[in-house]
Amino acid sequence: MAKVTVDGIEVEVPNGASVLQACEAAGKEIPRFCYHERLSVAGNCRMCLVEVEKAPKPVASCAFPVAEGMKVFTDSAVVRQARRNVMEFLLINHPLDCPICDQGGECDLQDQAVAFGSDASRYHEPKRAVKDKDIGPLIKTVMNRCIQCTRCVRFSAEVAGTSELGGTNRGENMEIGTYVEKALTSELSGNLIDICPVGALTSRPYAFVSRPWELKKTDSIDVLDATGANIRVDARGPEVLRIIPRINEAVNEEWMADRGRFSFDGLKRRRLDRPWVRRDGKLVAATWPEAFAAIAAKLSSVPGDRIGAVAGALADAESTLALKDLMTAYGSANLDCREDGAAIDASRPEFWRFNTTIAGIDEADALLIVGSDVRREAPVLNARIRKRWTAGKFPVAYVGPHGLDLTYPAAHLGAGPGAMQGFAETLKAAQKPMIILGRGALQRADGAAVLAAAWALAADVGALTADWHGFNLLHLFGGEVGALELGFVPGADGKGLDAMLAGGVDALWLLNADGFDPARIAAGTFVIYQGHHGDAMAGRADVILPGAAYTEKDATWVNTEGRAQRGRLAIFPPGEAKEDWRIIRAFSEGVGKALPYADMHAIRAALAAASPVFARVGDVARAGCADPAGPAGGEVSGADFVLPLPVYHQADVISRASDVMAQCAATYGPAPALAAE
Amino acid sequence: MSTETVEPTSFAFDAESEAKIATIIKRYPEGKQASAVIPLLYVVQKQMGRQTGSAWVPRVAMDVVAERLSMAPIRVYEVCTFYFMFNTRPIGRFHLQVCGTTPCWLRGSDDVLRACKDAGGLKGYGDTSADGAFTLTEMECMGACVNAPMIAVDDDYYEDLDYESTVKLIEALKRGERPTPGSVIGRQTSAPVGGPMVLTGTEQD
Repeated sequence: MAKVTVDGIEVEVPNGASVLQACEAAGKEIPRFCYHERLSVAGNCRMCLVEVEKAPKPVASCAFPVAEGMKVFTDSAVVRQARRNVMEFLLINHPLDCPICDQGGECDLQDQAVAFGSDASRYHEPKRAVKDKDIGPLIKTVMNRCIQCTRCVRFSAEVAGTSELGGTNRGENMEIGTYVEKALTSELSGNLIDICPVGALTSRPYAFVSRPWELKKTDSIDVLDATGANIRVDARGPEVLRIIPRINEAVNEEWMADRGRFSFDGLKRRRLDRPWVRRDGKLVAATWPEAFAAIAAKLSSVPGDRIGAVAGALADAESTLALKDLMTAYGSANLDCREDGAAIDASRPEFWRFNTTIAGIDEADALLIVGSDVRREAPVLNARIRKRWTAGKFPVAYVGPHGLDLTYPAAHLGAGPGAMQGFAETLKAAQKPMIILGRGALQRADGAAVLAAAWALAADVGALTADWHGFNLLHLFGGEVGALELGFVPGADGKGLDAMLAGGVDALWLLNADGFDPARIAAGTFVIYQGHHGDAMAGRADVILPGAAYTEKDATWVNTEGRAQRGRLAIFPPGEAKEDWRIIRAFSEGVGKALPYADMHAIRAALAAASPVFARVGDVARAGCADPAGPAGGEVSGADFVLPLPVYHQADVISRASDVMAQCAATYGPAPALAAE
Repeated sequence: MSTETVEPTSFAFDAESEAKIATIIKRYPEGKQASAVIPLLYVVQKQMGRQTGSAWVPRVAMDVVAERLSMAPIRVYEVCTFYFMFNTRPIGRFHLQVCGTTPCWLRGSDDVLRACKDAGGLKGYGDTSADGAFTLTEMECMGACVNAPMIAVDDDYYEDLDYESTVKLIEALKRGERPTPGSVIGRQTSAPVGGPMVLTGTEQD
């Protein structure tokens, strides 16, 4: 530790820390453009100049290491003059077009120009003009505004792991870009918008839409992948205008994936905004009482064990619990939340959680990935793995389709489950080995055997000890784990998904279940679809109950680690749509089976009673493995793994309804064939 | 001349280049091969000069270099566009690089420039002559100030020039000759014009 005096305040900072960090420890804000806590230090904007005693001239605090007894001045006349001069130079070529710039109101340069800018420009020569770049459908570029801080270059090279941006040419002619025109291939590209300190990289879908002070900001949780990134939903009136990440060091640091960030325009399209009931083979618009009456009539006419329910990938915990309790009230144990057919063993939480935890990745020292394209299934989690890899001494191997680009080097062991053993020696040699099993790897006939084999390998290589849990299941969406925690699986004598679809039930309640082909539902089954999008499954329904999307309800979501987090209502659901658990609660009351919770506090208390994860919202109880006995398995087949999400940008009902995501899918992959109506 | 129309579709190192690359890569420790990017780009430029008569680095060749050194292509683009010595678009057979920095300018680099334009059929800096023989570029100081003014033709320095001697040099290049590089007035390296001024005799005199 080194003792440093900043403006008379004595602070102790670790050796090797920068002067800027020491100033922050002393509570002094240092202006900066190029410096970013999570990126390497570039030291090229010169905005963070401070005065250090005995230094002959102001020093760039971001790149200057502290020394014992150093005296730093952050607000002396020299410092103020130096920053004023730097600002004047930065503004020489930066257009003064704040009124038409999308960054206006949340622009570092604008803010700092207020603090350090002069009232008039002394520069009368022509400004530099730089051609705008086309880097894909998500990011709009106005390169005249670029101050060449190179944050985007460092982000794409270091965090995203896709080195595509760079500074070409030199001096006055230097430009940030891809040199060869191309769309950025990173699934984290939206973060470039956040880290750009000026208006050079802005959101294309959000272009000229709104000013930051007009927005109502609501903290929430991203559910379009299972990472559970903390987000802020910015809305104006009845519309979500943008979604940006919040900082949560244990989950997403400050990044977020593109699908969660840009697919919100799908929340406005193909919405179910009123109940529908099928009459004479045709869906007709109905009222809530009519829809409830149709369901009640059907459910009272069949025995309890001929009723079933499926919870889908985007179902929140409250409504899942309500639906489970409703089914129990009807005497049905036919429940399943594994709508994708993943053979998850629900007998012990450790079998379905990401036990190492996301923050725990930083401690691991060897990694085997089985049947998962982590980069596309959980881009932010993948960035965490890349961060660990960057720190060094981290062998990675994967089993799955050949040629996966995970953004860090990984050895390919083979395409089928048999290849897992090929990495056992490396894992055994490691102190804290990690195995990530993709949920997609369990969506096959021998899924249970794959799960058992992966667990057995983890036990065999010493990944399951009292103080280290190296077995991880990586889920795909934000609603999957919550349902598992609530035990939304077949009860005693209950039927599973396959049995229910194959005619094992006469009435089937689908809660946000869009993960399987509607044609698999046996003809004659009465289908109640509760959800927010008119996707394929709604077309099969006999009664449609319009629910709320994740931005439209106060709901609890559980990420792949088993971390319960609260999403909050940012806008109201459209039309007559309602919060999902309230729909089920209202129905239960109508049929005389009123569920024992009438308000939010009561159902949250019921959640906490159902599973301890809901009692420690925001946190996760990380533990080692007390019992290395594995799940029941069988014989694995030699079949190759198939990745579950063929198109990253269109993986769920919301992103399938999104225009922006459709453009991305067209840009980054072969255009999908139009679905037959 | 637009780069789009002339960009070759592929590039591969020939045997001579490969031999050179083998010696270059060996200079760097294992895992630090990316350090060889500048020498390799230079090899590319040389090979293009041999093969097409125009020493430049096409974009496909930068990709080949990136592949060879396991670098992201953008890192090679950055290096290649940073240095003026790499031509990212085709040039003439002879690259006339006129020094216009103060010492050369004071000693008459304007005349040298005029001679290049007149004899080479060039309109100005950045221009390539109609017959594809010459490309004219302005360079900053190349460190031959004592023998100013000078021009560099590809890798060869020609020094102590004036209008007439520059025209003579360019005419010779046109005929396919390569005059001996160095001072065109015959002075020994950077020794005084007209021969030694001191230490002229032997110890006995």
